[in-house]
Amino acid sequence: MRILMSLVAGSLFGAGLFVSGMNDTTKVQGWLDVFGAWDPTLAFVMGGAIIPMFFAWRLTHGRKPLVGGDFPAPTAPVVGHRLVIGSVMFGMGWGLAGLCPGPAIASLSYGGVGGLVFLAAMLAGMGAARFIDVRLDRLAATA
Amino acid sequence: MEQDWVWGLVGGGLIGLGGAVYLLGNGKIMGASGIIGGLVDGSGRSTAIERLVFLAGVVIMPILLMPLYGKGTVSTHLTSNWGVVIAAGLLVGVGTRIANGCTSGHGVCGISRLSLRGIVATVFYILAGGITLVLFRQVLGLI
Repeated sequence: MRILMSLVAGSLFGAGLFVSGMNDTTKVQGWLDVFGAWDPTLAFVMGGAIIPMFFAWRLTHGRKPLVGGDFPAPTAPVVGHRLVIGSVMFGMGWGLAGLCPGPAIASLSYGGVGGLVFLAAMLAGMGAARFIDVRLDRLAATA
Repeated sequence: MEQDWVWGLVGGGLIGLGGAVYLLGNGKIMGASGIIGGLVDGSGRSTAIERLVFLAGVVIMPILLMPLYGKGTVSTHLTSNWGVVIAAGLLVGVGTRIANGCTSGHGVCGISRLSLRGIVATVFYILAGGITLVLFRQVLGLI
């Protein structure tokens, strides 16, 4: 059941990325390029995705997931240095190449070496993150 | 071009539905960087199969949908500057793990839950992405 749900969710996600054009780096960069040929598509994708998710969150109240267990507890509304520094780093990479993690995986469907190189670098970065995290914590402790 | 926003909205809706299935079915937040990152650092070993199945769905759907797309070849239009690709991949990998989320987790799932962390992360990665793109494209002319 968990695996079937994951396949359905992943397929919807993959179809949505394709249909919305978010696998195309020119559309993502077009949205960020406010001084160039600005492309508003990404805002519609975000809005379109937030609507069903908003109702999904409301449906979680007083219920359990289909497979059992519990829904993820709300995170404490704490904005720490990790959230800000990590998001800034992610945004810089996102702006440079126009790919975020979902489309980076989906880019494998399009063939070509570039997507593979990006994915390899991203996986390496994910592996290295915990070491950088430790350094950030030390810096924050001394600051 | 003028219909791109419609496809954006439709594709976004599919992404949101995927997130809803993942949440209501498996009780988990559909975040691409978290699903991938758990495989990289081993923290998601117990759920490795459902993570891989999810990612398989993301890769397979564009391949299935491509023949239906009547506008000629589809491409991610990723830059061929490998220095940029590698630097961007590393930044996205490290950043999303430190911030504990990306466009899907913090953006779609976080904002729809009115999570302060999701909203703050999204503001920072969009600002960082926009500034980076404008700097490298409009000011430096490098990408």
